[in-house]
Amino acid sequence: MTRTRWFAVHAELSPRARSLLGFLSFVLPILIWCVVSYVPAVWHPLVLITDPGSVDYFQPDMRVDRATFAQETADAKAQGRDLPQGVAANPIYLPAPDEVLRAFYTAFTTPPESRDSPWLHQSLWHSIQVIFWGFVISSIFGVPLGILCGTYSPISRLTEPFIEFFRYLPAPAFGALAVAILGIYDGPKIAVIVIGTFFQQVLIIANTTRKLDGALVEAALTLGTKNLQLLSRVVIPGILPDLYRDQRILLGWAWTYLIVAELIGTTTGITWFITQQARYQHFPNVYAAIFMIGIIGLGTDIVLAQLGKRFFPWDRTAKA
Amino acid sequence: MNAQKTLPSYLEQSDEVRARFDRLKSRDVILKVKALGKTFETRKGETVALKGIEFETHRREFLCIVGPSGCGKSTLIRILAGLETQTTGEVLLEGKPVRGPGRDRGMVFQGYTLFPWLTVKRNVMFGLEVNNAGRLEAERQALQWLQLIGLEKFADAYPHQLSGGMKQRVAIARALANQPRILLMDEPFGALDAQTRARMQAYLLEIWRKIDITIVFITHDLDEAIYLADRVLVLKPHPGEVQELIEVPVPRPRQMGQFISEEFLATKARLEELIYSSEAETEEGDEPYPVMMRLAEAGDNVE
Repeated sequence: MTRTRWFAVHAELSPRARSLLGFLSFVLPILIWCVVSYVPAVWHPLVLITDPGSVDYFQPDMRVDRATFAQETADAKAQGRDLPQGVAANPIYLPAPDEVLRAFYTAFTTPPESRDSPWLHQSLWHSIQVIFWGFVISSIFGVPLGILCGTYSPISRLTEPFIEFFRYLPAPAFGALAVAILGIYDGPKIAVIVIGTFFQQVLIIANTTRKLDGALVEAALTLGTKNLQLLSRVVIPGILPDLYRDQRILLGWAWTYLIVAELIGTTTGITWFITQQARYQHFPNVYAAIFMIGIIGLGTDIVLAQLGKRFFPWDRTAKA
Repeated sequence: MNAQKTLPSYLEQSDEVRARFDRLKSRDVILKVKALGKTFETRKGETVALKGIEFETHRREFLCIVGPSGCGKSTLIRILAGLETQTTGEVLLEGKPVRGPGRDRGMVFQGYTLFPWLTVKRNVMFGLEVNNAGRLEAERQALQWLQLIGLEKFADAYPHQLSGGMKQRVAIARALANQPRILLMDEPFGALDAQTRARMQAYLLEIWRKIDITIVFITHDLDEAIYLADRVLVLKPHPGEVQELIEVPVPRPRQMGQFISEEFLATKARLEELIYSSEAETEEGDEPYPVMMRLAEAGDNVE
């Protein structure tokens, strides 16, 4: 009974089931990560040396292949020398959950390697600003153009075929060009995010606008609505909740361009932090920084979704 | 069946009804449709949707348009509203040709078409606001209209919180608040259940009695047409042409009890005759039911 109810197509889930499953969607990957990290029998292809014993090239905290370790141990045993000691370990690029969790705190408290480099929170703030301006500039042009395309067919035919072509050009390909035009600081980074977002934005919003119920426009016409009023009083309010949803999706899109954008010119922001930490093999910090992007992204989206409910109390499609 | 033979002709009118029609016809012609035609360009060539439509409606008349599916009745009302343009002929509203939609012709659609982002009150204010009435004046009038349709308690509700019948009442109030000369209704109660529909019909007659409005009402429900209308315009399909303009001999004020009166039944018989004869000509009417083989067990009969 329960099984058929859960696996009915588009089954309605109870709020409790919904939050439980949502919680599990995070817990399950973390659980897998824990098993791989904490159960020595699972994977652990390396041995972390605790005591090199008589093996002259072994060092404490060195990671060697399990096979090599076994070979050296066997040799030492055969020759009656001191045995090396070690524990099963994963490669250094896969830190355990607790290390990464600790890094969430220590990454903020550890001073940068050189004095004039930014702290983590400064790097993060820099990234957020780049995203913000890229998204805002794209929206200033993309949203109105999208609405016009979705409303007036001539504008749509005049612009959309070219935009359709342009959106296939990978935004990072314009990086070098952007540096030549805008210099090496934030200009080209913002430009890449704009290029990556703008063209999709116009097409998506045009599409959303086209989906507005034509009968509402007709009703407004029979009430004596004219030209621009039709746009400001019917089209825009009519698509607003969907437009808002589109913008949330597009903002997530902009985040995916961030890392590539920050590599252009002088590397800055969270990307600078990640590459720097990777260079020193501080992999827990690398993971923590990557997860921070996810947390900021998801957090913003959840906040925006809640605000959306507040903004559009009449919206019935926002249930899911 | 036997009763039908003894029915009077639908053309017979009591003196009272005849006097009312004389009064009606002595009022000004408000809507005049002259030699109206509409041709659609399709890939298969031209389709004639409407051809040579001619009729007149007098001020405060209630006109129903009926016809089988495909007779172009929706196209006709959309042309009257100015949402579509005719290929030939003319529509005159108080002598002036109709060009495009305008506030002088209100329209109520089957699909409610209330603006979901506006409250009930703001929906009713919409027409007044786009026509530059002040916000306060628009609000005052909107509240009056809500009172008339009995929904003043729902002024601040959103359309999705209303039932179908309530939505349609708001849609009627929204159209009327603009003070149009004529109210066009395209199967407005088609989506409602039978009881709500009956209540809405009574409501509409009540509103029509109270205010100076001419109503052109499309329906495929013949009972509804006879119950509401002064005159019924019958269209036939392929191409859409006027078949007959019937003066409904049922006296006013109308009540549900009249559904079984002789005049009512006579008129209905005539409408059915007209519509089913033209429907038989269409492809749908031509197609015979396929002969079905029996799948239930022998002897297991339901009739």
